[in-house]
Amino acid sequence: MAGSNNPKPTPPRWLLAELTYKCPLQCPYCSNPLDYAQHNSEISTEDWKRVLSQARKMGAVQLGFSGGEPLSRQDLPELVEHARQLGYYTNLITSGYGLNEERIIQLKEAGLDHIQLSIQASTQELNDHIAGTVSYENKKAVAHLIKKHGYPMVLCVVIHRENIHQMQQILEMAEELGADYVELANTQYYGWAHKNRDLLMPTKEQYETAEAIAQAYKEQVADKMKIYYIIPDFHEDRPKACMNGWGTTFLTIAPDGVALPCHSARELPGLDCPNVNDFSIEQIWNDSKAFNFFRGYEWMKEPCRSCDEKEKDFGGCRCQAYLLTGDMYSTDPVCSKSPDHRLIDDAIHTARISALSSDEKPLIFRNSKNSKKHTLNS
Amino acid sequence: MTLNPDLTITFSPMHRLQWEEAQQKDVILYPEGMVELNQSSAEILKLCDGSRKLEQIVADLEQKFSTRGLINDVTSFLEVALNNGWIKQP
Ligand code: SF4
Ligand code: SF4
Repeated sequence: MAGSNNPKPTPPRWLLAELTYKCPLQCPYCSNPLDYAQHNSEISTEDWKRVLSQARKMGAVQLGFSGGEPLSRQDLPELVEHARQLGYYTNLITSGYGLNEERIIQLKEAGLDHIQLSIQASTQELNDHIAGTVSYENKKAVAHLIKKHGYPMVLCVVIHRENIHQMQQILEMAEELGADYVELANTQYYGWAHKNRDLLMPTKEQYETAEAIAQAYKEQVADKMKIYYIIPDFHEDRPKACMNGWGTTFLTIAPDGVALPCHSARELPGLDCPNVNDFSIEQIWNDSKAFNFFRGYEWMKEPCRSCDEKEKDFGGCRCQAYLLTGDMYSTDPVCSKSPDHRLIDDAIHTARISALSSDEKPLIFRNSKNSKKHTLNS
Repeated sequence: MTLNPDLTITFSPMHRLQWEEAQQKDVILYPEGMVELNQSSAEILKLCDGSRKLEQIVADLEQKFSTRGLINDVTSFLEVALNNGWIKQP
């Protein structure tokens, strides 16, 4: 198997702790697995503390508490405190739902370093529609409280066809809310977003207009607010260097304790992702089948195998290769050298036809009912 | 932004400077990011505690490392630091 020629992998730097799949919101691009309702067990507070300690010892330093909605775990302040004592930089990645002043103060006292707040659009109507939950006014109130209590704040907006026309207003809103950073994350088509792709994918013209607006705004606010623009890889001709290389930097722990080399790795067949209740983080990182699966270059097929760019992009995203071609070893079809590249053109074309047609099918929202339905059908 | 020699320099409260045992390096931590520092950059930033101005920082470093002529290197690094938001001036 691949990786055996890799004596000692680099240690993890980033730990993503997905505390729970529970979430009061229903975003139709959610990166949680479609069948999340099946994985409803959650590891205990003590398990999480052990995981945090073990990963920190190996060298992990950035820690994201995410989910689902991490605030739905009552032990969040206790975990933040433990993490902070270990020396992590602690990030809370939240929809803001359930965050009030009391909890913001409590988390600050526990040592929370930063809050990343997601907001779905610049208007209440659209925000509440995409989130599937009335949440806009609350998010704005939460943003003010985050700044009032001195946290650095990242405002995260996932960009897709329903909100891309609001680019200018989204940026103005971010500035007005006092965001230190705004992350404009063009939708990545895994999980729920893959299911809703025809409805979410903007046209090339829409991307170009939006990107020009973001670039112009970037210069205008350079001293105040940093803008991270996450590119829509479907319109590029080289794939992203997914995860900075498999098993080199990122470690995700799912709510039930399953360790994943990337947060959508659950979708890949035959990886046998290990559970933190059976193995230590060190064993998982260094020795498990899952983490060694796509380490290095041995696993690659042509054209990646003999490509001189393989050290730059590692052949792209394994989940994207699998979802689109059915073969997780193949070249990410985003790459123009991929023999399957037409799949990308087809996807863009189909989405475009859907955008122009007058009777689009409705979005499939992320909720347990739809998750169970998906599990039954597959 | 350029550095004002007449004002004190403070490390940004939005960032954290920390020694990383696993990497044997000082690093700057901020939302979802990390910068690894070499030893001299770390020494400069540790002196940005809000009590010193540029001249004092240079003098302290020259004394600590028994050397002279650090002014240009220190100034250019602090300009980079200021533009990255790692340090602030009142
Ligand atoms: S993307 Fe939306 S639905 Fe999914 S976890 Fe985040 S807030 Fe909840
Ligand atoms: S062929 Fe593979 S390695 Fe080469 S650029 Fe394309 S994805 Fe990257």
